[in-house]
Parts: sequence; structure tokens; C-alpha cells
Amino acid sequence: MKNAIGREIPETISGIAAIKPFAGAFTTVPEMTRQAPKVKTIKPTDRKLVDSLVEVFKKIPVTDGMTLSFHHHFRNGDGVVNMVLATAAQLGLKNLTVALSSVFPVHAPIIEHVKNGVVTGLDTNYMSGPVAQAVSKGLFDKPVVLRTHGGRGRAIECGQLKIDVAFIAAPAADEYGNLNGVEGPAACGSLGYAFPDAQYADYVVAVTDYIGEYPLSPISIPQTRVDYVVKVECVGDPKGIVSGTTRITKDPVGLKIAETAAKVIQATGLIKNGFAFQTGAGGASLATAAFVRKMMEKDKVVGSFALGGITGYMVDMLESGLFKKLMDVQGFDLEAIRSLSTNPNHLEIGADFYASPFNAGCAVNQLDVVILGATEMDTDFNVNVVTGSDGVIMGGSGGHADAAAGAKVTIIVANLLRGRLPIIVDKVLTATTPGETIDVLVTERGVAVNPLRADLKEKFLAAGLPVKDIQELKQLAEKIAGAPKAVKTGEKIVAVVEYRDGTIIDVVRQVEG
Amino acid sequence: MDLRRSMLFIPGNNPGMLQNGGVFGADSVILDLEDAVAPMEKDAARFLVAQALRTVDYGASETVVRINPLDTFAAVDIKAIVPCCPDAILVPKVESAADIHQVAAMIAAAEKTDQTPVKIIALLETPCGIVEAYHIAKADPRVVALALGAEDYTAGLGAMRTKEGTEIFTARTIVINAAAAANVQSIDTPYTDANDEEGLLADTQLAKRLGFKGKLSINPRQIDVIHTVFNPSLNDIDWAQQVIHAIRKAEAEGSGVASLNGKMVDLPIVNRAERILHLAELLGLMGGEK
Repeated sequence: MKNAIGREIPETISGIAAIKPFAGAFTTVPEMTRQAPKVKTIKPTDRKLVDSLVEVFKKIPVTDGMTLSFHHHFRNGDGVVNMVLATAAQLGLKNLTVALSSVFPVHAPIIEHVKNGVVTGLDTNYMSGPVAQAVSKGLFDKPVVLRTHGGRGRAIECGQLKIDVAFIAAPAADEYGNLNGVEGPAACGSLGYAFPDAQYADYVVAVTDYIGEYPLSPISIPQTRVDYVVKVECVGDPKGIVSGTTRITKDPVGLKIAETAAKVIQATGLIKNGFAFQTGAGGASLATAAFVRKMMEKDKVVGSFALGGITGYMVDMLESGLFKKLMDVQGFDLEAIRSLSTNPNHLEIGADFYASPFNAGCAVNQLDVVILGATEMDTDFNVNVVTGSDGVIMGGSGGHADAAAGAKVTIIVANLLRGRLPIIVDKVLTATTPGETIDVLVTERGVAVNPLRADLKEKFLAAGLPVKDIQELKQLAEKIAGAPKAVKTGEKIVAVVEYRDGTIIDVVRQVEG
Repeated sequence: MDLRRSMLFIPGNNPGMLQNGGVFGADSVILDLEDAVAPMEKDAARFLVAQALRTVDYGASETVVRINPLDTFAAVDIKAIVPCCPDAILVPKVESAADIHQVAAMIAAAEKTDQTPVKIIALLETPCGIVEAYHIAKADPRVVALALGAEDYTAGLGAMRTKEGTEIFTARTIVINAAAAANVQSIDTPYTDANDEEGLLADTQLAKRLGFKGKLSINPRQIDVIHTVFNPSLNDIDWAQQVIHAIRKAEAEGSGVASLNGKMVDLPIVNRAERILHLAELLGLMGGEK
């Protein structure tokens, strides 16, 4: 069957429960009650501190076929996922599903656990590195489920991703299970992506290398939801967890795109008091923030809030009075951690608060503008952020589709030519974010506006911006680089791409080799 | 009028930059075979730049190639580059009219029969070059501009190069005057600290006040600032429109003399006003009303 954006989705996919095709960004409505984990009690004399992972596995007990969940706040410095899965392998467990919000190169040992049958399922929002490559080559028998950050929160809350045990890597914990991310050697800032896991998992285990005095302060995840605390030698490598500083790109083409994107935002008329903004931490996205900042300073605009992954740059904007609040679901650097722990206007929010479509309102709905990237975009404005030019998985939606759906204006910044490849194609290999939620594409050679937004096009033309039809931009790129040959994929479905509402927007097929 | 508010250097050995050189909106791109390219890479860069001229669309930007000096690879560069139809050749370290004669002859020999004549921009970057500025500008009809290269020039003087630029004041005014006398453009030396936007602004404003028509640039980030300075301001445009209005009115009334706000409007003022309006029109700065 074809879904609402014309992607061919099989009626049934082995290993995936009922398939609901994507029907439109705001068409599907929930028809369930919230997931309810077992109600618990413990006696005043009971202790939560456990000596080892093996012991906690036995106490719960963790058994074959369970779903174990993890957050990705430690990024490529994470030590907890590998530690927990090594324990599972040591105890001879089989058939586990790993629900890890994002997979990084450091998680390569998962591959061996899959080959040995310890792990048979993977549920994630983003993956890069050896696991992503192995998944693309057909590592798993059943498809990996790729969700959005908001979609994962939704799936947990709605009982579609039922977590048996949440192992929460905690930079700091007290012995009674209060956790935060701002203290300890592995401080990572916000623990937002673990909030839904802590709320809805049957069992919650904190894994930490830093025990603070009771009661820990601040508390990000409370003792009322945490069953056990395991102290280990080291939960992760700080070098892989945070960067010292986030730098703005010096690439002249990236800067050109960023500057144009800032002019686009200015032309929307949204840079005024109360402005709400989200931008990424990398490349042209952060540079856009720098140009927007100049405009805000010049016009003495005080924004309402900045949202999403928080960098030192956004912290500086908060402290300079350019935004009144930061809403932080994930911190990227030491400045973000310092600010979160000291500034009451820097708010820590969970993945569901950030972006879940099925609750009484998430933060992305309040955004004026979001700046996002893309690996590919088609002439219907559908965006691919999952597979690369070789068809191999190299990313994932993360909050991409969520923020795109929520914001008043969604802007994609991308080089029209990446290396020798045009970014605009007739049909993206993998659709992750539907075109109806994308308003503008900004490249170094012009700006394309979604035909659904004639209002914006008018404003951009009046502002003298280099507006071009998306077909025209595509032809421009092809004139320089030629039209790339389509990627050849096999038949086997290696991943299903779930839209934030739980419908299937696309599937990823196996690549050769 | 050829607009050369900004002339952006693009390293001739960098394929990515050569491909994207046209996206920054510079009035001219200078594909550089000289200082940006190490001696071992000269032939590869020459090949790349030749291909770029044939295949890359630089949009509205004029294409200029900075060749190597006459005493090194100028002859090979000209032979390879001129048939690829650049708009102009930027000749480094020009010291005399004879240098220009030599370059012009080589260009003429390399040009295809149906080709638009390739222009010459002379880069003056030695004390001798500054002394000879006027003769260089007048040496050949292909010469359309003199540009100042202050880094080599101050080294030649034995002076320290400073951000204030006191040490190049004389050279700047000589180049501007020589160019004006020969009826060609004068282009200022680049501001080399790409991270100092305020310094660039002050230096460009000084260049404009002195009479330069444009500025060399070593980083795409500098283009906007340079254009802002060299573009006529709204006040300039407003003034120019009033001048033209006053002169038209005087003409209609049969009077040869017009005045604006109590000042006489004479021919040089009218010429200046017309230049401003022409530039404003070229740049689309005129708005709807006239």
C-alpha cells in the first residue's frame, strides 16, 4: 500500500506489529489510554543500592525476551549500554530488545550480541557508526524501529514501546535513587531523553559512578520512580560526552547559507519580542543563530525561549538577555551543564514535553522558527535524514520531524551540492520528515519555498531574497554535478521509519555487501 | 560602468572553492594562480582554473585570473588561461609600462579570433610600480584598473604594515590619482584580518573617502561589508535625485544655472549625481519611487 506521501509500505512486516501507513502530519489521532506500570511499595528499611549489575539482573529478574531501555545523553562516551549488555550475555540471556534513544560508534559491541542471539531487536531514533552500517547490511532478522525523539516519548507513554527495565546512566545519584545530570565526572546536563523511560518502565535501574549525599539536589529523575541504584567504576568517557566549546563554522559556503537563512527568518517578520527558536548544534545551523543574534541585538528584540539541544552559544544568548528561557532536552557542552545547574531560567524538559504529539501539548508547538539539516530533499519537500548517498543508515530523525511539525516556519539549511552530489532529488531514498511540514530550503545558490506557503514566498520576494523554484534549484545543481544514479537496494526491510504519531512513513531496505 | 566594488580571491588549487566562487555575490572573482598556490602545485592549479573557467557558472561575477609574475610563470599561465575566456587578467608586481606591453602582447597572441578582448588589471605592489602608476594605467587600452597590493609594497619600503595604514597612505593616493588621470578604476588593497569586521569597515570607509572604486578581498565574509560601504547610501541617492530634479527644473525654465539648498549645482555635481543614480540603478537600490 502507498502512504499519504506515496511511499510503498508493505501490508505486513515480519516482526512489526500492526502497520499503520502515514496519513498526514496531523491526521492520525490516538485511541488508547496511557501505559501504566505496576504499582510498587517498599518498606522504610529497604535499601536500593546494589553492588553489581549481575545482582540487579537477578533481583529484578531480567529474563529472556525483555526490552531494556537506555538514553543517549552520554553520546559517544557512553559506557553503560555496553556494560549492561555484557552482563546480559554473561548471564546467558537471549532475545532482548534494546531501546536506546540514539546509537553511536561506541556501541559497536551490540553487533556481537546480535550475532550471539543476546539481542534480537533495536528501537532507536538515530544511529551512526558500525551498528548503523551493520543494520543496513541486514544484521537483524526483524527490522529496527526508527522513531523520532517525540515519537519515542509517545510510544512509551502509549504502551507501544513497553519497557521492562530502564537502565538509566546517571552522572549523579543518591543511594535512594534521586538522579541528575549536572554533577559527577560524567556530567552531561539534561537527562530529558530518560524521563519517559523513568515514568513508564516496569523497573528503573540507575547506573552511576558518583553517589552524592541524600537528598541529591537538583533532582531530575526522582526516587519515586527508581528501583535500584548500581555503583560502577566508570559510566563513561567525558571526552565523548561533552565538547569543551561549540564552534561556529568558518566554511564560507556554510556561512553564506547561514546568513541567507537568517535573512529568511527576518523576512518572515517573526524576529520580534517573544521570538521562539530552535537550531541545531552543528555547521550552518549554529552559524544561523549567530546571524539571528546580530539581528536581535540590532532591533533590541528579547526572545521568549530557545529549545532543543542546548549549546554554550544559546547559553550566552540567555545570559545576554536575548532569550528569557532555555528549554533543554539535551546539553552539548560544559557551558550548557553549568547553566542548567545554576540558572533557574534554564529549564530541563523530557522528550515527551519536548516533542510528543500525543499529550496535551508539547514544546515544539510553541516554536516560531526551527533550523534543520537534510541529507536529501525531494521536489515535494520530503526530507531524508536517515540514509546517506550510498543507501547506508547514517543518522535518524531525532527531533527533526517533531520540530518541523511544530514550528510556524521550518527551514532546512543545506549545501545545494554536497561533495559532488546535488541535495535535491526527484524522490528521496528514505522519507523521514514529510514535505507538508517543511516550509523553506536555504542553499548557497538560492531559496526554495514550499508551494503550500505562498504567504512566505511573497514576503521573501519583497525582501529581495534569491527565491527560486525547487525544480530550478534542482536543475542548477544537476547542471554542475549531473544527476546521480539511483541507489540500488535489496528487498529485505532492515528498518521501519516511524513518523512521530506512530504511523509508518517509510522503510529502509538492505544495501548490498 | 563595470562594477568592481569587491574582488574576491579564490585559491586556484581548491576545487570546492572554485566551484562555489560565484555564490558569494562578489562583483569579481579572482581565481588565483599566484600567492595561494605553492610552486609544486602551479601546473595543477593552472589546469583546474582553466577547467573552472570553461565549466563553472560564476553568475554575475566578473572572472579574473591572477597569473604569476612575468619573471616566473606568466607566459605559461597566459597561454593556458586566455583561451578559456576570462574577463580579465590580474598581473602581479607590475613595475612599468613595458611590463604591460609584454603582457598585452602575450594575451593578444593567445586570444582566439572571436574572443572578447581580455582586460588587464595591474596589481601595483612595489615602490617602482607606485612611481610608474600613471604610465602603467596608460600603457594599453586593455588596462581597466589599477589595484594596490600593500603587503609586498610595505615590505619593499621596509615599513611595518599596520591596521591604520599610515604607511600606505601615499601609495593609496598615488594609485587613485593615477587611475583617475588615466580614466581607469582604482582598487584598494585587501584587509587581511578576516575576523575583524570593524577594522574592515573602517578601512573600507577610508578607501572610499580617498576615492577608490572597490576593494580586493581575501574572504567571502568580507563581501557584504565592502558592498555596504561602496553602495550609495539612501542619503546619497536622495541627494542625487534632488540634484537631477533641480537641474531639470532649471533647464525647463530656460536657465543654465540651478541651485539646491542655496548651493550652485554645476557640471561636476551633476556628473557625480548621475554616477550615484546609475550605480543605484545597477544595484537595484532605487526602490519604486523616483
